[in-house]
Amino acid sequence: MSEKVIKRENASEESAAMRPAVNVVEDATGITLYADLPGVPKEKLSIHVEGDNLILEGELEINSPPNMEAIHAEVDLSRYRRVFGLSRELDGNKVSAGFRHGVLELRIPKAEHAQPRRIVVQAT
Amino acid sequence: MHYRGIFPRDLFAELERLQRDFDGSPSIRGAAPGYPAMNVGTTPKSVEVYAFAPGMTPEEFDVQVENGVLTISGERKDIVAPEGATIHIGEHFSGRFRRVVSLPDDIEPNSTTASYRDGVLHVCVARREAAQSRRISVQ
Repeated sequence: MSEKVIKRENASEESAAMRPAVNVVEDATGITLYADLPGVPKEKLSIHVEGDNLILEGELEINSPPNMEAIHAEVDLSRYRRVFGLSRELDGNKVSAGFRHGVLELRIPKAEHAQPRRIVVQAT
Repeated sequence: MHYRGIFPRDLFAELERLQRDFDGSPSIRGAAPGYPAMNVGTTPKSVEVYAFAPGMTPEEFDVQVENGVLTISGERKDIVAPEGATIHIGEHFSGRFRRVVSLPDDIEPNSTTASYRDGVLHVCVARREAAQSRRISVQ
């Protein structure tokens, strides 16, 4: 019984997140992911690789005046979350990240063995 | 244009895509509420507007207050994929945007400030002193 309640709480916590819009571009040596996370300061951004999953999370920090009364809100949740499955040829250990003006740029290189190799055709 | 995700296991992405396809757009200007998403609040001294528009520079915004209306416009450039690269998911808004907010009657348009931080444009429009409630002391 209590476990069910806990599970339900966790579930609502999971769903109470906005899904950041992303662009994903792949080139020969890896994948670049751009995620829109407006309102998230650098310190409140977290990027995890767990197994085959890449987990993006961020918490909004909008410094509105304490006595402000909200009259219209299109952004009414305080966090973002999105999970991507990484395919095997991507190297989750070498992810590099940059964050500027609310846009996260992640570079996920392809593993050495998955890099394209040019086969030289020998003349015989 | 919606690109199919490269990660077919993402069931939620698929559901959202289906929903987008079936919902249609009730407004001729496209799917409400438009870009960028906005939050508006008031204090006794100001109207606070937050526009969630990441990936811009402060100079790229055009913020105007005219006839009691606040207009925020600008253009977000599209990503340029390098030659030979593939765009698997392209969800980011790109192109020109414009949103308009009607302000209350008691605003002071000349004392409007705007700042851009972490991808959020914050516009603060001051309200006139007279409109602020004043406590009357009882003699």
